[in-house]
Amino acid sequence: MDPSAYVILSAVLFCLGTLGVLVRRNAIVVFMSVEMMLNASNLAFVSFARMHGNLDGQVIAFFVMVVAAAEVVVGLAIIMIIFRTRRSASIDEPSLLRH
Amino acid sequence: MIRTYLQVAADAPNQTGEQITFWICATLAVIGAIGLITSRKTVHSALFVALTMMNLAVLYVANQAPFLGLVQVIVYTGAVMMLFLFVLMLVGVDSSDSLVETLKGQRAGAGLLVLGFAILIIAAIGTALTSVTAIGLDPANAERGGNAEGLAHLMFTKFLLPMEAVAALLITAALGALVLAHRERWSAKRGQVELSLERMERYATTGEHPGPLPNPGVLATSNAIGTPALLPDGTPTDLSIPVPLRGESRTRLAARSEQIAADVGEVQSIASGAETRRPDALTGIDGHTDLDEVYPIEAAESEGER
Repeated sequence: MDPSAYVILSAVLFCLGTLGVLVRRNAIVVFMSVEMMLNASNLAFVSFARMHGNLDGQVIAFFVMVVAAAEVVVGLAIIMIIFRTRRSASIDEPSLLRH
Repeated sequence: MIRTYLQVAADAPNQTGEQITFWICATLAVIGAIGLITSRKTVHSALFVALTMMNLAVLYVANQAPFLGLVQVIVYTGAVMMLFLFVLMLVGVDSSDSLVETLKGQRAGAGLLVLGFAILIIAAIGTALTSVTAIGLDPANAERGGNAEGLAHLMFTKFLLPMEAVAALLITAALGALVLAHRERWSAKRGQVELSLERMERYATTGEHPGPLPNPGVLATSNAIGTPALLPDGTPTDLSIPVPLRGESRTRLAARSEQIAADVGEVQSIASGAETRRPDALTGIDGHTDLDEVYPIEAAESEGER
């Protein structure tokens, strides 16, 4: 099957993830959108690996998964701390500093 | 030549099968991504992301990456999304986003930018990848006897340094989560001695009773746990009822206020020696009779109460 279909799907998912990061204001949803972008890039890596016929792309996708898992652990811990002190997970709250 | 034709013929059914898989999974993945952005409740967003990730796992397997497909299911839908849901439960399930736009025109601007980006990147892919045929991973997978074996060989030879770096990163992340989640105790834990001293201090300053709270009322007409005990002057006391039941007992008392007042009056008159007759309300009652039987309320009212 034409590999460009997979790459276009990964581009679409990446753009939707970007939109989620830009539009949503709940920190957890923003985080999930970032995960979506990482997954989209993984799909591109995997289909490129198949296109070129060697496994390097799959190894890199594997590393991306590991890094994403580490990122989620630390990021969610930070969100928990912010929630504990501010009682809110909205990334819009710092704008209140203006007033 | 004949061999290539045979191969094409053998591959053709696979091709259509892969196309069907691709279109189903791609549609579901995009639906999941749109659901992530549009759903108001965070839990729904998390479930939509899980849907997308499951479908991406199927697409990995279709792309001759069975190991990555399984890792995707185990790590992403199994661990990462459950971690997300865990944090959601801690933060509060019903925390939904407010839809008030603080920056004017932010959403429209973001939509325009993302649309432009999408057109740019898809056009680039479309022009760059025309008439590209995939070589396929069959020889690369077969070289070491399988996909997982091939990946393992690469990881511990060519990518050994990144592998070590990633291991260090994982350890650092685990330690970081421990440090971040740790909460320092700023004061010593209060023991029995401190608590009793505080209680006596409160008694000295505010006059709050230092002993245990009174038991629920054990009256002739009811001994349920929601029955308030009567003070010596006949008024019911809220302190004798467990906190979760306090509101309800007040409504129960309000529904029967005159009856209870009459009953209390009767008890008081007996106690003062003015009357020696057994109260009418108590005839034919043993300790297990319910309050409703003694003080019947109208059916509609009691149903509304429950």
